[in-house]
Amino acid sequence: MTMPSINKASALLILGFVGLVCGPLVLSGFEMSLLGQFLALAILAIGLDVIWGYTGILSLGQSVFFGLGGYVMAMYLEASSLQPGQVPDFMSWSGVTQLPLVWQLARHFPLTIALVIGVPWIVAFGLGFLIFRSRIKGVYFSILTQALAVVAATLAVNRQNFTGGSSGLTGFTQIAGASLYAHATQVALYEVSLLALGVAYLLAWRLCHSPFGRVLVAVRDGETRLRFFGYDPAAFKTFVFAFAAVLAGISGALFVPQNGIIAPAQLGVAPAIEMVIWVAIGGRGTIVGAVVGTLFVNYAKFYLSNHYPNAWLYFVGGLFVLVVLVMPEGLAGISRRVLKHFRSPEARSHDQGTEPA
Amino acid sequence: MKRRDFMKGALMGAAGAVLPLVGGVAAASKTRSIRVGVLHSLTGTMAISEIPVKNAELMAIEELNAKGGVLGHHIEPVVVDGESNWPIFAEKARQLIAGDHVATIFGCWTSASRKAVKPVVEQYDNLLWYPVQYEGNECSKNIIYSGACPNQQIEPAVTWLLKNKGKRFFLLGSDYVFPRTANAIIKGQLHAEGGTLAGVEYVPLGHMEFETVINRMREARPDVVFSTLNGDSNVAFYKQFAAAGLTPAKLPIMAVSIAEVEVQGIGPSYCEGHYAAWNYFETTKGHLNEAFVATYKKRFGHTQVVDDPIEHGYVNVHLWAKAVERARSFHPMAVRKAAFSIRMDAPQGEVQISSENQNMSQVARIGEIQANGMFKEVWNSGKSLAPKPYSRYISNFVCDWNKGGLLKRA
Amino acid sequence: MDGAIFVSQLFNGLSSASILLLMALGLAIIFGLMGVINMAHGEIMTAGAYTAYIVEGAVTHWAPALSTYAFLAALPLSFLVAAVLGLIVELTVIRHLYGRPLETLLATWGVSLIMQQGFRSIFGSNNVSVTTPTWLRSAWHVTTNLDLPYVRIFILVFAAVVVGGVFAYLYRTRSGLEIRAVMQNRDMAACLGVATRKIDALTFALGCGLAGLAGCALALIGPIGPTTGQAYIVDSFMVVVTGGVGKVIGAVVGAFAIGELQSTFEFFTSATAGKVLIFVLIIIFLNIRPAGIFPSRSRSLD
Repeated sequence: MTMPSINKASALLILGFVGLVCGPLVLSGFEMSLLGQFLALAILAIGLDVIWGYTGILSLGQSVFFGLGGYVMAMYLEASSLQPGQVPDFMSWSGVTQLPLVWQLARHFPLTIALVIGVPWIVAFGLGFLIFRSRIKGVYFSILTQALAVVAATLAVNRQNFTGGSSGLTGFTQIAGASLYAHATQVALYEVSLLALGVAYLLAWRLCHSPFGRVLVAVRDGETRLRFFGYDPAAFKTFVFAFAAVLAGISGALFVPQNGIIAPAQLGVAPAIEMVIWVAIGGRGTIVGAVVGTLFVNYAKFYLSNHYPNAWLYFVGGLFVLVVLVMPEGLAGISRRVLKHFRSPEARSHDQGTEPA
Repeated sequence: MKRRDFMKGALMGAAGAVLPLVGGVAAASKTRSIRVGVLHSLTGTMAISEIPVKNAELMAIEELNAKGGVLGHHIEPVVVDGESNWPIFAEKARQLIAGDHVATIFGCWTSASRKAVKPVVEQYDNLLWYPVQYEGNECSKNIIYSGACPNQQIEPAVTWLLKNKGKRFFLLGSDYVFPRTANAIIKGQLHAEGGTLAGVEYVPLGHMEFETVINRMREARPDVVFSTLNGDSNVAFYKQFAAAGLTPAKLPIMAVSIAEVEVQGIGPSYCEGHYAAWNYFETTKGHLNEAFVATYKKRFGHTQVVDDPIEHGYVNVHLWAKAVERARSFHPMAVRKAAFSIRMDAPQGEVQISSENQNMSQVARIGEIQANGMFKEVWNSGKSLAPKPYSRYISNFVCDWNKGGLLKRA
Repeated sequence: MDGAIFVSQLFNGLSSASILLLMALGLAIIFGLMGVINMAHGEIMTAGAYTAYIVEGAVTHWAPALSTYAFLAALPLSFLVAAVLGLIVELTVIRHLYGRPLETLLATWGVSLIMQQGFRSIFGSNNVSVTTPTWLRSAWHVTTNLDLPYVRIFILVFAAVVVGGVFAYLYRTRSGLEIRAVMQNRDMAACLGVATRKIDALTFALGCGLAGLAGCALALIGPIGPTTGQAYIVDSFMVVVTGGVGKVIGAVVGAFAIGELQSTFEFFTSATAGKVLIFVLIIIFLNIRPAGIFPSRSRSLD
């Protein structure tokens, strides 16, 4: 891209960001909490875009990492309001009298944050190391991660003493000493989500527009050739997979206090596919597309299901089909085509490719 | 005028009259209409069960509007879809209260969805009317639980089985909070009343292969199976149970989660002769019930059946309307208070909400499934049973709002 | 565990394998041979089950004397209905997405949502039921402790017949040859005069028709409702991937391995633990043999 176009685009982004920062001034408490949740979800979408749009590995298991972050945060929210020696009521019904270790750790806020980042990182790194070294890729990888989502959701339901079973964890009242019901707390959660989204955006942008990012695109477009050049694609894949997992974990941790619940169903296959659809509709391979897609799909779903409670699945299903058929590059593809009219011919040839693997 | 009968006891201008109109109510009174939320899963795996309950609630609202609304207000239902997804339930409840300013919410089916909505109604001090039998162990000021507590359904069923069907129980349930809690209660009760446990088995929600479970059942040689399976799994279980050559005469199943609607979906020929425990059957005697069943079928089709949760959804709306009239206010907390003083004739018989724990007192019934998919009542408790959300077999708590909420049992 | 239970468990494994196989067979053709990830496969299957329900209702209404044989009439019809639905999906959606497997996943997910709501609008939200024909209702009483349900034996035999039919079709007929030719080397097949577009549509319709048959058979032992398909779809994919994408024989072996292992695990642990164990095992297995039991030499899915 040429400098002027970067500036124009960045100006637009900064404007959008500032607009979002001022959100709480104009939105009602409910609208703000809704937008706050969607912003948290957009963090996950950025990670997914980095591994799918840039690196070409489609994970149908991002919901698992979202759930790991979400559950750690939920344990903190639940445990921090307990008296010393007390256990959550679902534990006491099944005869557990002492808090399990992870729950003990999650009583402390700094440790919780470390776990929110650390647990998805370790899990993704271990899995990625095994899977990518075996050269599992393409649809095989996608279906394998789907199996992972099934395992995670089933376990979360089954380990009722530890996770609260299929009801999940809910009924939180406070975070870091502040009441979750207070407007100020909700504004703070919104702004923290927005800030995290901004940081994730910048990190992902730096990652993808560095020499490292070039290697990622090479992994997507010609993995075998890359291997002949002496690179180890597995190492690169493992790294970005873990990076995306951490973003998903943070996303879950920010979503839970704003929505008020985490449940095993959120770890399953259906939500994981929906996450992919946010990115597909926004336009994979453009980070801003992932963010816009997340906000657009979630708002569209919320609006349609409220106004057409008996028919909204037709619209949403139709939307998914249409986007894939008519605009394979998503919303970002359309806006890029529009923008191209304002750009010089040299700029067009420098565009990052977005063809999928 | 059956509806007039049904509404008997609607005494306006009683003690609650002095309570002021507040909040969204004052704003809504200008247009002389008031919104109420209807929050059920219209899509996803729970839609099977929840759509009929939503229909019954809307039917009750239509009935209220047809006779001039409540307190002179037209009732405007806001129907939203919980998508069988608990976080969506929380989100939609928030939207109903904070966005649509509803006076109350009728909704939920699973305990999980209720637990997701609970913090939201508590945060905004609104009121949720919950229509389904559940495991108890909950004490919220902002929920009216009209479905059965364990002592109004599970415990009488166990006692009845011990007396009539045998001592060795096999417990089969879906893997989530209701079956696990129910089974803990049953174990305690078997211990207390001289029964024995032949086996316990949990399957994941949506499980479809029951051959192995049935094999383990055969090996355990129980006298009865107590089933807390939920959802689609029931269809697979009853069909495969019958295919394995097991009959109600050899091994009867007592279920607490299958009612007329589920029997229709399974196919009555597979469940004929097995049992279920509820507080209401479509065949329950009484002219109020005849009228209710006739209206429902006229409205939604003659092949439709009604069952316990459908009736409770319908009763909830009428209870709310009576409480509003008693309180002369739509304010959730005023309605809550007024609800305690109402005795109402419902299709199932006389019901009343307990001021202690906000559950409903009602008659426990056991029915045998017939070839036409209806239940033949084989036993009932005779009198209304007072609700006890914290079962004495597993908990030493009681819920008593007259004394401040959740307490240790004295 | 005595002898009778042991035999009975072996049989259970076989019978759940036959269910898995019926579901996975169509998917193995669509996914394995065409590279299309059809997330609407479960809903196509459900359409087959609903067909059985309609046929049963119609026969009971018009010719009550024959109602016990309604199920036999439902089998070919459910194949037809599912195949036609598949053809419609192929012509409107899949056609434009060949060579982009992951995009077919997203688009067919949308199709599956639409179909679920469609079932709800047409048949109502409640499950419907198909009555097992009376001649399949009892069990074969082998010994005192060993009963083998006829309906399971029927499904087992039915699955075997369907697999036999598919193999005969693919390896013994002209159009089967053309299907294999197109899947192995599309350009070469086109040069030799095969109408590849027509073959694509045919293959997809065939795969969907098999799903319809599976739905019809499943109606005998499981529920029929708008979301029924969702309960089976992931398991079917696991079978195909474990067996090896691109080989129909892979689905057969994959289904039997998973079916037997699952019912064994389930017997010794619990249904939940069995499910987790089998999925973990699949993940480990694929790490050792990334291309499944029968790796395909095709590079189409690389």
